[in-house]
Amino acid sequence: MDESARRPSPLTRVIRFLGDYRGVVALVAVFALGVVVSPRNLRTGEIVFLTSSNQSNVLFEYAEYGLLAVGMTIVILTGGIDLSVGSVLGFSATLFSYLVIALGWSVGPAVLVCLVAGGLAGFLSGTLVSRLRMQPFIATLSMMVAARGAAKLVSGGIKVAHGAQPWYVLQAGPPAVFGWMSAPVAGGWLRPITLIFLLVLAIMAVVVRYTRFGRYLYAIGGNEEAARLSGVRVTQVKTVAYLLCGLTAAVAGICNASHMGYGDPEAGATYELDAIAAVVIGGTSMMGGRGGMVLTLLGTLIIGYVNKILSLMGWQEAPRLLAKGLIIVLAVIIQETRRRRK
Amino acid sequence: MTDTAAPEPLLAMRGLSKAFAGIHALQGVDLTVRAGEIHGLLGENGAGKSTLMRLLSGVMPPDSGEIIWRGQPVRFASPLAAQAAGIAMIHQELSLVPCTSITDNLWLGQELHRPLGFLRLAEARRRAQALMDDLGAAVDVSRPVEEYPLSVQQMVEVAKALSHEPALLIMDEPTSALTEPEVERLFATIRSLRDRGVAIVYISHKLDEIEALCDRVTVLRDGRLVTEVAVADTTPTELVRLIVGRELGELFPKHQTAPGEELLRVENLVLAAPDRTQRRLVDEVSLTVRAGEIVGLAGLLGSGASELLGSLFGRWGRPTGGRVWLQGREVHTANPTAALASGLALLTNDRKATGLVPPLSVLHNLTLASLAQDATAGFVSRRRELSRARPVAAGLNLRAPSLDAEVNALSGGNQQKVALAKWLLTEPRIMLLDEPTRGVDVGAKAEIYELMNRWAAEGRGLLLITSELPELLALSDRILVMSRGRITAEFSREQATSERVMAAAMEVDTDG
Repeated sequence: MDESARRPSPLTRVIRFLGDYRGVVALVAVFALGVVVSPRNLRTGEIVFLTSSNQSNVLFEYAEYGLLAVGMTIVILTGGIDLSVGSVLGFSATLFSYLVIALGWSVGPAVLVCLVAGGLAGFLSGTLVSRLRMQPFIATLSMMVAARGAAKLVSGGIKVAHGAQPWYVLQAGPPAVFGWMSAPVAGGWLRPITLIFLLVLAIMAVVVRYTRFGRYLYAIGGNEEAARLSGVRVTQVKTVAYLLCGLTAAVAGICNASHMGYGDPEAGATYELDAIAAVVIGGTSMMGGRGGMVLTLLGTLIIGYVNKILSLMGWQEAPRLLAKGLIIVLAVIIQETRRRRK
Repeated sequence: MTDTAAPEPLLAMRGLSKAFAGIHALQGVDLTVRAGEIHGLLGENGAGKSTLMRLLSGVMPPDSGEIIWRGQPVRFASPLAAQAAGIAMIHQELSLVPCTSITDNLWLGQELHRPLGFLRLAEARRRAQALMDDLGAAVDVSRPVEEYPLSVQQMVEVAKALSHEPALLIMDEPTSALTEPEVERLFATIRSLRDRGVAIVYISHKLDEIEALCDRVTVLRDGRLVTEVAVADTTPTELVRLIVGRELGELFPKHQTAPGEELLRVENLVLAAPDRTQRRLVDEVSLTVRAGEIVGLAGLLGSGASELLGSLFGRWGRPTGGRVWLQGREVHTANPTAALASGLALLTNDRKATGLVPPLSVLHNLTLASLAQDATAGFVSRRRELSRARPVAAGLNLRAPSLDAEVNALSGGNQQKVALAKWLLTEPRIMLLDEPTRGVDVGAKAEIYELMNRWAAEGRGLLLITSELPELLALSDRILVMSRGRITAEFSREQATSERVMAAAMEVDTDG
């Protein structure tokens, strides 16, 4: 209202701008780093990092993590956490493959069943957390174990691929949908899996930002008791948050099966940690109440690019993991120092 | 060392002052305590008792003044330093770890150990048992404290304080959760401590306890020393007058409005504590609030007034017993969502913990309780939010850098206005206001008084709790006094005086 009265100096405005958009700044920095350190094609002199295949691969390879991170963001905004997403991904991947390959279902009903199953897993976690007041960590840890068991139960402990069992309907080759999902479209830059990720992210970004439900997620994460006393139906909102998280994990599972060409009951193990890392690196607070989907997209891209750069530089997995750990710590430290300065 | 006729006091605090954010919590207060006496410390909520004790126990330093301990000026840098010097404090709230044993609780933070940190378990247990036996508590110290009643837990706190062998023991309302026989046992303990030469500073709102226990009392009011008297030389009635003591000017405007229809009727409302004791926090309370009426609820800490408002709002689910009518219709409020829908609003007494959502913007806090009005098919219209929030914010004279600023960034007074405005936006018929001016500067207070009058004039019913008596007397059309969960007195605006209200709150009989 009296903003013009004390306008901050240009320097503080620049610093504040960089602070507010630190996710973008970090992404640009990582991207620039990629250009600088990337090896060059010996024959053409082209910067390998910038080739379209490498660029589109980052989004493609990280789409599944990204999908998990989208659901994870919803739960983390309420101040919770969902450790079960990796297992639910594995469960959904095997269930989808089983329905399509072993039973010969068509894609539509199979997708529907997977979404219902994933949503149900989330609903159960959410009920444990909100109605029975279990700690999110414990409730979703149980779901993590149980969903992995369900995945193995459905698959009989093996990878569900065409011809893996003599009685499977599909024997000759993988279902068409698998190839189609990973095939390049739009001039080779994007693939359906990438598009699905971006679409889900966009939908959830709108839900979180422009709906009452979204507003209540922030309110519950920011101060659950104040939200409850303001008439917010905390139990329902939290349950739906976990349900949506299970749903995105189910979508990620379908993508994973298509991508791999089979349903692996072990798929998605430790993916929940990458999803949490993406959310945190983006800048969403683990305490809840602060953050958003755009930040999660940035976080996913940052991890994806860092991984890509390190592998282009020929780093092995071991130092890559160490570097990733360091990045997470740095991201959180930056967040915390900013908060304390306020 | 020096030979003086009068015995040197154990503790002399002289001219202590402390201010928080420019508001004086204490101004030039003295307190003198001798060895082997029980010294009462009296005053209303916010009179400065707790601040004074925090200065003494090293929680924070005074702005000015000196503390003379055993004849030497001292300045305790921390509670540990005060403890080492022989000053121990027992806080009103128990600070025990419920699931661990009495022994472990006793030695928490000062465990008896060998080199390398190995615990001397047998020795710790033996000495814990000795301490508890000394206090006359027949307990097994290896059992978890939660297995014992509150009185025993209180004993554990006393034993914990005594394990430091203090020369001075501060007790802050130690009886607030105890039953009558438990109080008697605690008093016996306190007296035997006195007889052993320990000095005790005893803070309480209960004048009968002060009378029964204390040798002398110091009375504080508004952060200043009122007087120090021997209990034998005074009466409860006089003490009440000393505690309240101020002349009421026409500080507050009061618009008289003729009360209209009955909005709220409560009959025999009961709320039991959610723990094993099932103590009645609200005990058979009946009241009514009419349109255009401000009904004041007076009560000291633990009187049950806040719990009454909370249970009307469904904060703890359905009340244990009783019936409630809103505008003539009986309601069974099971949760805040239902309460809100029936036209109630509850301003809680702690805006940080239960009022506001700190990371959200001012706008989002304002519309939180009434967001349905701004949404179509679940989608929130910012335009509608702004068009509802702006006039209300302007009407409350809310000063914020922008409605999109984090609510954290506002001053206390403006945060309180956000909390009030949030409820106003729900268009309530009945407003339950718990300490609406707490932590608010003088200017904002006056504005909030004006607002409350305006809301009443608009035909709302207000049920108001405030621990500031002048505020209560000036704003209320009627005053109900609560103590130990019950309504103990009712005064019309004309009958009510500070003395009468305070006497009823302290359950002192002033007639005759």
